[in-house]
Amino acid sequence: MSKSLLALAAGLLLAGSISAASAADKLKVGFIYLGPIGDLGWTYQHDQGRLALVKELGDKIETTYLENVPEGPDAERSIEQLVRAGNKLIFTTSFGYMDPTLKVAKKYPNVHFEHATGYKRNPNMSTYSAKWWQGRYIQGLIAAKMSKTGVLGYIGSFPIPEVVSGINATMLAAQTINPNIKVKIIWANTWFDPGKEADAAKALIDQGADIIMQHTDSPAAMQIASERGKLAFGQDSEMIKFGPKTQLTSILDTWGPYYIERVKAELAGTWKSEDSWGGLDSHMFAMAPYTNMPDEVKKMAEDAQAAIISGKLHPFKCPIVGQDGKPVECKGGDHLDDGQILGMNFYVKGIDDKLPGK
Amino acid sequence: MELVEAIILSVLAASTPLLIAATGELVTERSGVLNLGVEGMMIVGAACGFAGAWLTGSIFIGALFGIAAGTLMSLIFALMALGLAVNQVATGLALTILGVGLSGLIGAGFVGERITPAAHLHIPGVTDIPLFGRVLFGEDGFVYVSIALVIGVSWFLYRTRAGLILRACGDNHASAHALGYPVLRIRTFAVMFGGACAGLAGAYLPLAYTPFFIPGMTAGRGWIALALVVFSSWRPGRLVVGAYLFGAVTILQLHAQGWGVGIPSQFMSALPYLATVVVLVLISRARSGGSTAPAALGTVFVPDR
Repeated sequence: MSKSLLALAAGLLLAGSISAASAADKLKVGFIYLGPIGDLGWTYQHDQGRLALVKELGDKIETTYLENVPEGPDAERSIEQLVRAGNKLIFTTSFGYMDPTLKVAKKYPNVHFEHATGYKRNPNMSTYSAKWWQGRYIQGLIAAKMSKTGVLGYIGSFPIPEVVSGINATMLAAQTINPNIKVKIIWANTWFDPGKEADAAKALIDQGADIIMQHTDSPAAMQIASERGKLAFGQDSEMIKFGPKTQLTSILDTWGPYYIERVKAELAGTWKSEDSWGGLDSHMFAMAPYTNMPDEVKKMAEDAQAAIISGKLHPFKCPIVGQDGKPVECKGGDHLDDGQILGMNFYVKGIDDKLPGK
Repeated sequence: MELVEAIILSVLAASTPLLIAATGELVTERSGVLNLGVEGMMIVGAACGFAGAWLTGSIFIGALFGIAAGTLMSLIFALMALGLAVNQVATGLALTILGVGLSGLIGAGFVGERITPAAHLHIPGVTDIPLFGRVLFGEDGFVYVSIALVIGVSWFLYRTRAGLILRACGDNHASAHALGYPVLRIRTFAVMFGGACAGLAGAYLPLAYTPFFIPGMTAGRGWIALALVVFSSWRPGRLVVGAYLFGAVTILQLHAQGWGVGIPSQFMSALPYLATVVVLVLISRARSGGSTAPAALGTVFVPDR
């Protein structure tokens, strides 16, 4: 009995290696997605990147994706599944996949991994992210110009540095226009729950906010702002369909160029473990058209965008004052350095709230 | 004052899908069947409800689509768990997984579309009364249906002969069978009612709450509905308390964050669950004590023919 089982197992293994060998001429590239590709936000944009990749290199590669993979230890199995299916380059597209990706990367040194928005690397594991806070700075300028009540409503997902740096960039920009601007922050403690995001937007508007900004994934907040006749910024993807008279602009994640570049490197055998943190200049993300605002505000936004791209304007230009009134150490010369922004865990002066966990 | 009214309105909107789904599941469980597939039936109801409303332009027809979809899903469960006497827990979980996948498939063509949400009641003069005018006379149809539903179910369970028979099936299916009641048929109807309610609750989300469809938009509300049934100790009255309390704490914690009270948001997010569990446990301890679960809940019944 056990012998025949063994023989069967050996046969299966052989069959597996044969099918892998015949497909070996095409590079297999795998993707792990947090949400469904139809989420119209974060995962949707990653899949748009994958589609751009297929369009460019479709004859040389084969892509596979797993959607709705929960963050945390469970993700490990899904990543390993992609490895066993013969994928040689695997993109894990959410912060919570960091430790599982690292664990699998250490186990399979011949497979290359790319983890989005994390900070742990390995000789076969790169990280990539975008400087969204540059876009948030532009949004802060627009918000302060467009707000009549002087109160901004901000829906956060989780109090992690990526989100906190976005809030700070928004406020630093807004304060240059209106020094007394206020921001109300609600943490949804989820990336995706349309109902809860809508409730948070309602609460913010009921408390006097007239501009809704979000760092969660669904268009629910945009929809509520539109229903209530307020203004809002989209997130991750184009959300103007849900608020034709509401969306001011949106930060658009454009992963395609990066995915193409990395896969090309893999094909050429020049792939190296790197830390890519691209801004508006490197097209890691883009701003949706500036809409529903007067021409002079639009011009101000476009000028700021050009200045950020040319390097003339740095959103975290020193001096930066923390909530305690003390200036923050300036490690990057005349602005905060990347490490300080990547690990940002404080609010700047002018935010009347306490950062959770502080 | 306006803020109080706005908060109450948000609370009612947030609680309604929980109340509808939980009421249906309560009837199912009272008949002795544990259907853990509420989340799956809800999300299919959401997808079909949106599809129906988008195709016909009518919220009412959309809601009917949602009810039909939930009922069909529950029939799959009834076929497996009642007809073939498969383990109810496993079948229910499988139904949820099936529902999540199926809804993505059905809804794929509708992602990114939007509809006009369900209209709110408006009686000139009455709806405009400050504070309670909009709360009592300015809701959408789903809210009124949910309240009628709970009252109807409560009346049915405790004031009608059919309700008594249904409860008998849930407490002791062998005796009910011996008395000549068609246990499996009664349970099938109870499961179908639960499915219809879950489908309606799911449809509420894209038809009234956030008028678009996105896969996974129920975001665990089916599981909360299931928990509410347990913590209400299978009583409709307590279910109302539980659902509104859960909704109220959910909305209030968001407002508290906006006011900047400085309590960690992670704790605030857990608060609705904590508060609901604590209050409902306290109520059931004060009143009756002990477990009030239907005695035959979740057990397989195969009639000897």
